[in-house]
Amino acid sequence: MLHIVNKSPFENRTLDSCLRVAINEPGAALLLIEDAVYAASKSGTFESAMKDALGKVKVYALWPDIEARGMQDRVIEGIKMVDYGGFVDLVAEHSNCQSWL
Amino acid sequence: MGEEMTESTGGIDFEDEDASGVIKKFMFVNRKAPYGTIYALESLEVVLISAAFDQDVSLIFMDDGVYQIVKGQHTKAIDVKNFSPTYRALEGYDIEKLYVEKESLDQRGLTEDDLLVDVQVMSSAEIAKIMAEQDVVISF
Repeated sequence: MLHIVNKSPFENRTLDSCLRVAINEPGAALLLIEDAVYAASKSGTFESAMKDALGKVKVYALWPDIEARGMQDRVIEGIKMVDYGGFVDLVAEHSNCQSWL
Repeated sequence: MGEEMTESTGGIDFEDEDASGVIKKFMFVNRKAPYGTIYALESLEVVLISAAFDQDVSLIFMDDGVYQIVKGQHTKAIDVKNFSPTYRALEGYDIEKLYVEKESLDQRGLTEDDLLVDVQVMSSAEIAKIMAEQDVVISF
């Protein structure tokens, strides 16, 4: 399953809930979009949680949202960047997806 | 009342208004990231309006609000206006009191060097003190 999160991890518990579930499923993928891309940034509170997640699920972030927020040089290693076309590919590649609100 | 209306003022007595030109301390508290919601842009609009009224204006950036003033924002690909350069124009409107909470920067792995305007970095305790001194606090 593709899990899509769009809220800042500092404002909202959505990413925690999503990861708590997603890490149990082999082959799960997480796509960070909109304000959730802040979770992909280095040396903040969420770096260790993201690094743990990277060992269990594939993690992607939407590059246009990273760039809009000035986070280009701060992305945690191992998180893959996708553009809008890549977003569509991820949705198509997975049997289903969930947007965590 | 009963006075003749003059052509230049439309009958409004401006002398009274001059006499009551009270300057209040207005503080705008910015706590939201810039593009996920409309709050950051709306705050900036109100701040610019307040500048026209010659008030004592200050801004606080805390929690995800610190992301509003991070350098290197490029919004072309999300098709949203990049309003971050406007923070650098505030100085031209005599809005120079920009405060950032240190705890919020630390949690996000950010430092003063990552910010696109000159700010005063303060502890939560210092923020509390300056907040308590305000006449009006408006939160976004």
